[in-house]
Amino acid sequence: MTATETSPQGQPVLSLRKVDKSFGAVHVLRAVDLDAYPGKVTALVGDNGAGKSTLIKAVAGIHPFDGGEMFWEGEKVEVHGPKQANALGIEIVYQDLALCDNLDVVHNMFLGREVKGGITLNETEMEKRAGETLRGLSVRTLRSLRQQVSSLSGGQRQTVAIARAVLWNSKLVILDEPTAALGVAQTEQVLNLVRRLADNGLAVILITHNMNDVFQVADNIACLYLGQMAAQVDAKEVSHGQVVELITAGRSGDMGLKPEVAAANVGGEA
Amino acid sequence: MSTAAPPASQFDIQEETGGSIGAAAREYWTRVKGGDMGSLPAIIGVVVLVAIFGIMEGETFLSKGNFANLINQGAAIMVLAMGLVFVLLLGEIDLSAGFAAGMGAAILATTLTEKGWAWPVALLAALATGVAIGFAIALLVARLGIPSFVVTLAFFLGLQGAMLLIIGEGGTIPIRDDAILSVMNDNMPVVLGWLFGLIVIAGFAAATLMRIRSRRKEGLPTEAMSVWAVKVGALAAVVLIAVWLLNQERQRETAIITIQGIPWVVPLVAALVVGLAFVLSRTAFGRHIYAVGGNAEAARRAGINVPNIKTACFVICTTLAIVAGVLIASRDNSVSPTTGGAQTLLYAVGAAVIGGTSLFGGRGRVYDAVTGGLVVAVIANGLPLVTQQSGTQFIVNGVVLLVAASVDAISRRRAAATGR
Repeated sequence: MTATETSPQGQPVLSLRKVDKSFGAVHVLRAVDLDAYPGKVTALVGDNGAGKSTLIKAVAGIHPFDGGEMFWEGEKVEVHGPKQANALGIEIVYQDLALCDNLDVVHNMFLGREVKGGITLNETEMEKRAGETLRGLSVRTLRSLRQQVSSLSGGQRQTVAIARAVLWNSKLVILDEPTAALGVAQTEQVLNLVRRLADNGLAVILITHNMNDVFQVADNIACLYLGQMAAQVDAKEVSHGQVVELITAGRSGDMGLKPEVAAANVGGEA
Repeated sequence: MSTAAPPASQFDIQEETGGSIGAAAREYWTRVKGGDMGSLPAIIGVVVLVAIFGIMEGETFLSKGNFANLINQGAAIMVLAMGLVFVLLLGEIDLSAGFAAGMGAAILATTLTEKGWAWPVALLAALATGVAIGFAIALLVARLGIPSFVVTLAFFLGLQGAMLLIIGEGGTIPIRDDAILSVMNDNMPVVLGWLFGLIVIAGFAAATLMRIRSRRKEGLPTEAMSVWAVKVGALAAVVLIAVWLLNQERQRETAIITIQGIPWVVPLVAALVVGLAFVLSRTAFGRHIYAVGGNAEAARRAGINVPNIKTACFVICTTLAIVAGVLIASRDNSVSPTTGGAQTLLYAVGAAVIGGTSLFGGRGRVYDAVTGGLVVAVIANGLPLVTQQSGTQFIVNGVVLLVAASVDAISRRRAAATGR
């Protein structure tokens, strides 16, 4: 089953078709298809070792795909490095967030891409744009933009990392387990933010292990099973149990991989 | 945190405009309690030490001439500490900086006195040596990945040896060049001193006012004008008192020639402070130094070339060490194998740390080197008046360094505990 069957949302920003990736003898991704649509949250789920991280790292240009095709807004592209991915409008928020604790919110958001006037930093312009971006995301939990990141809570840090990703007119934001280390209230806060990103017209890919997160914000669910895309389905059309089956067995009823394929994979891996 | 609030009102990033002095003071106190003490320990240190030495040895310590002495003693330490701030910000250390200073002094002295070079050429030769040493250290630390502690410990020994070879065992090379000697030994005319003080105050007031103005124009939160006025007033008071003290006649009443005015080293150090502070706080390069010190991996992912930043910091550090060495040579009128060295390095590291630079990287300012340098200079100046025993002096210096490192560690713990 390919994604095209469940995509009434128009043209995807990112489409992967039959992408492959191996590390030495280990075949991590096999003929994976994935679509991400503007204004939609696509949850990328799968068990440990299913290939989620490999997939997004390849999209980010950290290690390119071995085979298959990547389409960006309908055009075939090849991404060979993180800068190239950024230039397209792909931003990734890693699990460890990559923030500098000793710098304030504005400096973190512009780290490595500072706005300059002559040789000096244009602090007012940066603070203004950071404020606008956060305002656009309806962030209301920061005391000051000049607060050091070390003084922020986990949810606030996540917010800053996400805001940094959308600052650059990005079109696709990939979030790697944004709620993994957060409490209930903060998880809520971050999921609301994820929803708002999509509502602002961005395509969002959300990697997560948490089924509650998936059903709360995702429009689309892509289930990876041992390096293969079991199914990319509309979140409204599946139940919690079906998704868990797709993750753990690669199939659920008539959805997912054909029984013999799924079984063959298990045999292959063992 | 609540999700129930309507999704339109939502941006209450606090506007800090119009806060009163009281609010600013409370904010500052919260920061201090939270572990962000800035230069507070250094200022308290200076006040306490001056009070102690003033009570114990008031006549000598608080004499007019001693204040100028103090500044001359502190200048080289401050400059060396400024260089170390750059390396400490990365979370690295440069143990060889003291002997780099000695090396610079030795090269300056041999080229001036023995080879008869003009002073600008000799100075350039010394500075070029500093740049070369910095590159060599950085090559081993940033590219090869050897811990800076080990690399600079090796340079500590190596440079000490090189210095001995240049100067000759037990030898002393005199410096007779007027330009070099005048830095530490001559003073500005009294009128020029007052003018210099006023320029410093006006410069600070104008720079901070312009910043407030431009932020206001963009509708960003700024500090209240009353707070600005208090800051400018405090700086003005400190500068004017210092200028007045230095403009006093320091010569004994019977002497014919007069000694009064600000030592020429003061504007030199002031220019270095302003220039380096500008680099650290106003340029992308400075921002990247903090980023590398705070989270090198995050900096790398943000596209910052981490090895290049490290290299630049080590080069800046050793080059400033050479400047410090030149100042020491100017003050001593000569260079010997003990010029610079371990004692100077310890003082400078102490100065940077007492001033509020973290040994763990990521936190520190150029001003810290000055406030911390002042503390160290007061100790170096006052302690020999109280006790002649060098044993006691070493112990006191050791204790002070430990206290400074403890303040750093405690403020870090507090910062972690309060989530700052």
